[in-house]
Amino acid sequence: MANDTATATPDIAIAATSARDENLEALTRGIWRENPVFVMLLGNCPTLAVTNSVINSLAMGLATTFVLVMSCMIVAMIRDFVPKEVRIACYILVIATFVTIVDYLLQAISFDVHRALGAFISLIVVNCIILGRAEAFASKNSVLKSSLDALGFGIGFTLACLFMGVVREVIGAGSFAGIPLFGPDFAGWSIMILPGGAFFVLGSWLLLFNWLAARRKRRPA
Amino acid sequence: MGSPLVEPRAPDDTSPETSGLVMIVTMGVIGLISAVLIVGAYRSTLETIKENKAAFLEKSVFEVLPGTARKITFGANGEELREMGEDEPREFSYHAGYNASGELTGIAIVTEGQGFADTLRILYGYSLECHCIVGMKVLDSRETPGLGDKIMTDPAFRANFDALDVSLNDEGKEIRNPIVLVKPRQKTDPWQIEAISGATISSRAIADMLTASTARSIPFVEQHLAIFKAGGKHGE
Repeated sequence: MANDTATATPDIAIAATSARDENLEALTRGIWRENPVFVMLLGNCPTLAVTNSVINSLAMGLATTFVLVMSCMIVAMIRDFVPKEVRIACYILVIATFVTIVDYLLQAISFDVHRALGAFISLIVVNCIILGRAEAFASKNSVLKSSLDALGFGIGFTLACLFMGVVREVIGAGSFAGIPLFGPDFAGWSIMILPGGAFFVLGSWLLLFNWLAARRKRRPA
Repeated sequence: MGSPLVEPRAPDDTSPETSGLVMIVTMGVIGLISAVLIVGAYRSTLETIKENKAAFLEKSVFEVLPGTARKITFGANGEELREMGEDEPREFSYHAGYNASGELTGIAIVTEGQGFADTLRILYGYSLECHCIVGMKVLDSRETPGLGDKIMTDPAFRANFDALDVSLNDEGKEIRNPIVLVKPRQKTDPWQIEAISGATISSRAIADMLTASTARSIPFVEQHLAIFKAGGKHGE
């Protein structure tokens, strides 16, 4: 009996450490190792379309993160009550609700940014990162873990949008978040702000990420 | 790192089929909560959005009417025309632009119509000097990104509205040459709008909206010029 009590305390400590590690893992993996854009190639429609400036990229990233976190939180909360036959319809309803809310919030916070993002705010509903995380993770995990996972993927998506937006705005318009960097004589490479430039920049980032991944694999443990 | 993040759940395939009533009730409850959240967000942001839209409209009027320093909004009900506040009911709105010395620079008019994806809302500026449209701005659009939304960005399309003729006939009751849409690079007359290749439906929507709006509004504006001009003087 005494022996049992002695082993119980380390077991609880190990379980707590393990839970903390899992939460940390849920938060961090979407940021870099499983980045939704550069590794999983999800959500490319807004990534290519609205990242022609740093401000637009940041706004789209934050709006998507908000919808992702709130939707996954709610999906995790209701996961035990929703019949499996209507679960996707329910998830879409939850996601659409938060997209509508973010649409109103953005109109109130910055009308110009809302106009610049246009239909892409509404299209967050069909961003496969959100439904993907809701179905693959939030519907099977606790509220805390689902929220951390969604936050990690949201940060990863925002970073990816910013990586795209910074390159495109600096090369295409010679500015960073609207602040001119190279003076009035700079002739921007305007293709970078156009859709063709988005494919070029995304391709370049994917090349870099794949090269880094291959180099990491080659490196001896 | 090594522990699986996706916790295994009992396989769903073996669970009994859910009754239709439970499905309907579940979706109904979620829909109801969604509706409450959306209405709450709408109500709490409404005032700020209204203010933002008013500021945006004022900025847009200055853009479509070059040289404008101040605007006054008039409302029309039937043949009655007078200055109106934001919330007063009216059939049509006319935004009169005035320069720094209070002279009328033109009238900006909002019109809307069906675009490819949803309702399009535009603002155009009518100049009293050339009797032509001197600017057009899209206020609301959900047109297809990369295609239909070129109505906002395509420089060649925007050039259509530098001096689009909408002058009246000799009786002053109808547009002499109603606006027509032509194919790209086939514009020959100042009342024609060149369509955008790949965005013909959106281009046609703009042309149709302008045709309908100018047919109604330009004769009205010309008949009520005295009221618009007086607004600039007593509003100083």
